[in-house]
Amino acid sequence: MSDFDKFLMAQVGFIAALILSPLIPGIINRTKAVFAGRQGPPLLQLYYDLFKLLRKGAVYSNTTTWVFRAAPIVSLSAVIGVLMLIPCTGATPALISFQGDIIFFAYLFGISRFFTVTAALDTGSAFEGMGASREVLYAALAEPAFLIALSSLACLNNQISITGIFIASTANPFANIAVILLVAVTLTIVLLTENCRVPADDPNTHLELTMIHEVMVLDYGGSDLAYILYGSALKLWAFASILVAIVLPARTGSLFLDSAVFVGGIFIVAVIVGVIESTMARFRLDKIPKMLIAAAALSATALLLTITRG
Amino acid sequence: MNISPYISVFNGETVKLENVPVLDFEEFRETLLSLNGKNGRLSSLFGMPVEYNMTRIFAIIAKDRLGNLCILSTEVGDSYKSLTPDCPQAHWFEREIAEQWGIVPEGHPWLKPIRFHKPYSEDRDAWKRKEDEEILPCVTDYYKVDGEEIHEVAVGPVHAGIIEPGHFRFQCHGETVFNLEISLGYQHRGIERKLVGAPDGKTIHYMETAAGDTSIGHATAYCEALESLAKCNVPLRAQAIRGILLELERLANHAGDLGALAGDVAYLPTSSFCGRIRGDYLNITALICGNRFGRNVIRPGGVMFDIDNEMKAEILKRLDAAFKDTENAVDLLWDNPSVQGRFEECGKLSRELCTKIGTVGPAARACGVEQDVRFDLPSGIFRFAQISVSTYHTGDVFSRAFVRMMEIRNSVKFIREQLANLPEGKIMEPCGKASADSLTVTLAEGWRGEICHTAITDSKGHFEHYKIVDPSFHNWFALANVLKNEQIYNFPLCNKSFNLSYCGHDL
Repeated sequence: MSDFDKFLMAQVGFIAALILSPLIPGIINRTKAVFAGRQGPPLLQLYYDLFKLLRKGAVYSNTTTWVFRAAPIVSLSAVIGVLMLIPCTGATPALISFQGDIIFFAYLFGISRFFTVTAALDTGSAFEGMGASREVLYAALAEPAFLIALSSLACLNNQISITGIFIASTANPFANIAVILLVAVTLTIVLLTENCRVPADDPNTHLELTMIHEVMVLDYGGSDLAYILYGSALKLWAFASILVAIVLPARTGSLFLDSAVFVGGIFIVAVIVGVIESTMARFRLDKIPKMLIAAAALSATALLLTITRG
Repeated sequence: MNISPYISVFNGETVKLENVPVLDFEEFRETLLSLNGKNGRLSSLFGMPVEYNMTRIFAIIAKDRLGNLCILSTEVGDSYKSLTPDCPQAHWFEREIAEQWGIVPEGHPWLKPIRFHKPYSEDRDAWKRKEDEEILPCVTDYYKVDGEEIHEVAVGPVHAGIIEPGHFRFQCHGETVFNLEISLGYQHRGIERKLVGAPDGKTIHYMETAAGDTSIGHATAYCEALESLAKCNVPLRAQAIRGILLELERLANHAGDLGALAGDVAYLPTSSFCGRIRGDYLNITALICGNRFGRNVIRPGGVMFDIDNEMKAEILKRLDAAFKDTENAVDLLWDNPSVQGRFEECGKLSRELCTKIGTVGPAARACGVEQDVRFDLPSGIFRFAQISVSTYHTGDVFSRAFVRMMEIRNSVKFIREQLANLPEGKIMEPCGKASADSLTVTLAEGWRGEICHTAITDSKGHFEHYKIVDPSFHNWFALANVLKNEQIYNFPLCNKSFNLSYCGHDL
């Protein structure tokens, strides 16, 4: 494959991610509907919602400043930046890739969160302040778990870029089953927490006192809300793709088949999230830090195993 | 000769007003406190204007163990010594009396309006507000905690869900709630004032909408009061059908509550199933009377709709199916550790506090208090068919959920028994005029707890005064207490486990 072909592939993959990611919430909701014995919303519901919201105007509270208006765009841009770092299959590189981009990767999410939280505080609402405080607490605890998990992958594959990790883990799948398993569990917990899914948060709740992420975006409407909803779908895609890259490293030789497995894997992750949400209740808030610390401990074990492997 | 300072009656017994002793205030206070101390519950406390500047205060005390009610009264002027410091159950009643009649209970620890309306007495106001001063709901001073790290959270009156309006003020330290103050009144419609001079064509509709989800409960309590005043013997068949409807109302609401509790902890299966099952129970009510909420079926003298054999079979079939689904859906709740982790130890109400503040209904039974009007002070069909009292002792959200499920089982059993032995005969006996100058108290166990109606008639047999006490009136204060030192994110769950009525409180 020539460099130009690879670049073209990366572009196609990036655009595919942008187009396909709103399917993930659709799949999660359909899975939940099956468990609940309901018909559920259409698979494409988020697309309809996004188009509807983009046509709408926005209302801004008088207490808010430019921070509130900038946040949805900044946070969406940061997540799009994250997607540029992720290869679309295990075989081709990402649109952008450089040595050490795993740190950049993790902190692009940080930028997105920083703006969401600041905007929530900007509204001056008691609820949004509470949501922001919770979000920051859990993010602070999820971050070490996530970074240590990425470091174990980096050590395992001797690569410090996302593309490098992807390519290495498909070239040499399941280099160390124990490490892969531990990292996969950690990443799943971080995925659920970071994307405000059950058991950490409840994306469906309308109760402002219990919400974490949802409460921070209560004051948004119209296109701003569309950016936020789209951003969270992209974020789910990003987390799911790392998980798929290490657990489902397909290298059949056929680019088409590899991509199909990759995308299929992401949809399977969505189904798993739906199953988790259907079969368990949300934790008490004071239990979530314990869950995240346990996740950090698991990833630390994975890191130890990789370092001492010899 | 009457030497007793109070008069004892059964649930739904009519007495002549002149036989209710009028004590001087000190004796009234002493008697009320001593009755209240000996396992007596304050079911109702209200004022009725008698002559210029004087108000007659009635107290209804339920003696659950003895199965009777004690009625005592006194007359007061502008103020009296508050009962609340010695009898916390009087807390909201005294605020209500102050707001309605402008009488100040001196020494009341927290004297504030509860419904935010103009006083009924024209020239007296407990807070010395001017006549032309606008009274806005919940615009008042609130309990405040000061400090660097304290923050105040105000919720409502407009809520995120489709529920009634109410205002909640939390004083929080981080996630921990130090104090919650609940302020209601947005739903005040002035029902009690509209009932003066009744009964007329509109009265029953006021009753059925006093608390929309307790239509059958309030209508039953009202009809029993009117029938007792008019000395009307309700046919046994009508009483049985009323009992069946009352239990169907309980089934629908309890099933809905269990689903909503599951929904609040994001446990999908039970939440979705129970939402549908609630509809199944409501549809059985609709099968009987054509209305899912049991409107237009209970009327003074009996019921409007009969249950024939064909319908009986259909009800049993639907009831069996709905009950089986309820058991399956709710068993998922008990079996799931993540759900139990949320329910257990959440929103604990101690048995001691529960009896002290006079909590009623499933919330009280969930604290281990054996108290159920259907058992202790039965009326109608419950005099002949007893329902066992369902209690559990932990007083937390789990307990309130578990008691609901036990009550569902008992209600289903009751309905099956009643349908199998439905008495023959008429379903309606013409109800005549209410007797003059009389008083009657009726209690009914609605799904939320004890409903207490007191009717007092004038010399022509019209209502001179009518007092409705919805169970929510007793229980809102219990909810506020449960939140002390609880985590603020648990509020919706605690709130749902009580599931109180705003309009039943605001009337």
